[in-house]
Amino acid sequence: MTAAMRTMSVDQPSAHLRVVSEQSAQSKASGINLSGVSKTYGTGDGQVQSLRPLDFHINDGEFFVVVGPSGCGKSTLLKLISGLLAPTSGEIHVDGKKVTEPHGDVGIVFQNALLLPWRNILNNVLMPIDMKNLSREKYIPRAKELLKMVGLEGFEKKLPWQLSGGMQQRASICRALVHDPKIMMMDEPFGALDAMTREKMNVELSRIQRTTGKTILLITHSIPEAVFLADKVLVMTERPGGIAAIYDVPLGRERTLDAMSNPIFTDLVARIRKHFMTNSALD
Amino acid sequence: MSEKKAPGSVSKLLNASWLRPFLLLVMIVVGWDLAIRIFGIPAYQIPAPGDVVKVLYTDWPELLAQSWPTTYATLLGFLASAVFGIPIAMLIAGSRTVESYVYPLLVFSQSIPKVAIAPLFVVWFGFGIVPKIIAAFLLGFFPVVVSAVQGFKSVDPDMVDLARAMKGSRLRVFCAVNLPHALPAIFSGLKVSVTLAVVGAVVGEFVGSNSGIGYVLQRSIGTFDLPTMFAALVILALLGVILFWLVDRIERFAIPWHVSQRADVFIGS
Repeated sequence: MTAAMRTMSVDQPSAHLRVVSEQSAQSKASGINLSGVSKTYGTGDGQVQSLRPLDFHINDGEFFVVVGPSGCGKSTLLKLISGLLAPTSGEIHVDGKKVTEPHGDVGIVFQNALLLPWRNILNNVLMPIDMKNLSREKYIPRAKELLKMVGLEGFEKKLPWQLSGGMQQRASICRALVHDPKIMMMDEPFGALDAMTREKMNVELSRIQRTTGKTILLITHSIPEAVFLADKVLVMTERPGGIAAIYDVPLGRERTLDAMSNPIFTDLVARIRKHFMTNSALD
Repeated sequence: MSEKKAPGSVSKLLNASWLRPFLLLVMIVVGWDLAIRIFGIPAYQIPAPGDVVKVLYTDWPELLAQSWPTTYATLLGFLASAVFGIPIAMLIAGSRTVESYVYPLLVFSQSIPKVAIAPLFVVWFGFGIVPKIIAAFLLGFFPVVVSAVQGFKSVDPDMVDLARAMKGSRLRVFCAVNLPHALPAIFSGLKVSVTLAVVGAVVGEFVGSNSGIGYVLQRSIGTFDLPTMFAALVILALLGVILFWLVDRIERFAIPWHVSQRADVFIGS
């Protein structure tokens, strides 16, 4: 049924703008797999359907971007996959294991950096280690290395409020990576940053993904950001959220801001924008 | 003009922030004295500041001895309101069921005037220190609970989700996120509570006691000994100020990271 929906909503795709077909069954043992996952909040009369049944698959090491209008259940999707919420129907599998509770194998970055104001930057980055009750000594070198990678060397002892918004967000990316999770989930991570910092962070994130090889699920409502970063872009419909289309982004892994003037990039942005123009619901 | 030259030691002293309340106090006392002289207020209505100071000086040993029972009762009542108030706030903030049962009842009980039921405690517990502690506790309890509930509830749910997604146990998440986050609110409640606990202890001494500043207060009203009564009031005010200051110091030590403390702690950083 979902497959039919997808072909209906997108007109004849050209070669590099293809809608991704159904995933083959043998790849389900690895990566993230959602089958018939839906979410309805509340009970009785106050029921609000947030997500229509979703089926899709995210491969290992893939940069997967979800783009959609606000209130379409993007954040719900993120909470479902990290095990913070239970789906109303359907099943989520991470590496073949069914998700029933927080599995700890994810790093999350929210729109706000959400650093703990009473911990210095290094201790904030080490927070997952404390939560998982692992040995701090073992992870301190890694934390420092990550901070160096994002250009925060020398800020370890600073408190969060002493850093700019962009720096705080970079620290929160380190926190999401410190325990070496398989999956990194980002909920509009650069939404609170100014446009210039945002572009820089995009390039940086692209580089981080290349060097670490993490599976990244990123949620955004900036279409250019989505296309610039993604291997695959999932376009969501308005509430209740469903899949409008899934696009491949054949731009190669090594991306600089020049990629934004590539015709493939501009075509894809225009095509995705069309999904929302008909509903005119993008804020 | 004066900004151009380096400030002298006298003007520096006058600008010291700790001195300002004292300066205001001096002005109030001078105004008080002047008012008595100008309007010819008789001593049995308002005593002159000089008389009050004289009593404070001559009766100091007696007043000091009487202020200890009040201090004990205040401190014990205050500690009890912290020890009971914070966990109850945790329960109220943590569970909607507990909140719906307990919170309305708590507000209801708070509307009962403590002065009216204080004699009951004397009936139950005699003339000792216990009724005073209970009165201090009852007055100090509510502000702690209200502030702490607000503190525990104002934690960013995303922050808690973040900690939970890292597989933190409930207790671990609570200690690492919820509790530190609630501390500033808890401390503001504690500061209100400690001054109210002084009032509570005095109420306890009013209704039935043979020691404490409240007892001195009532005895001096009975004999129209207004200078002693005012001296007792001065001591009560001092007690409140000192206890408030102590809580404030502890707060600075406990939450140096909080916005309200930054200017003092991170000078030059």
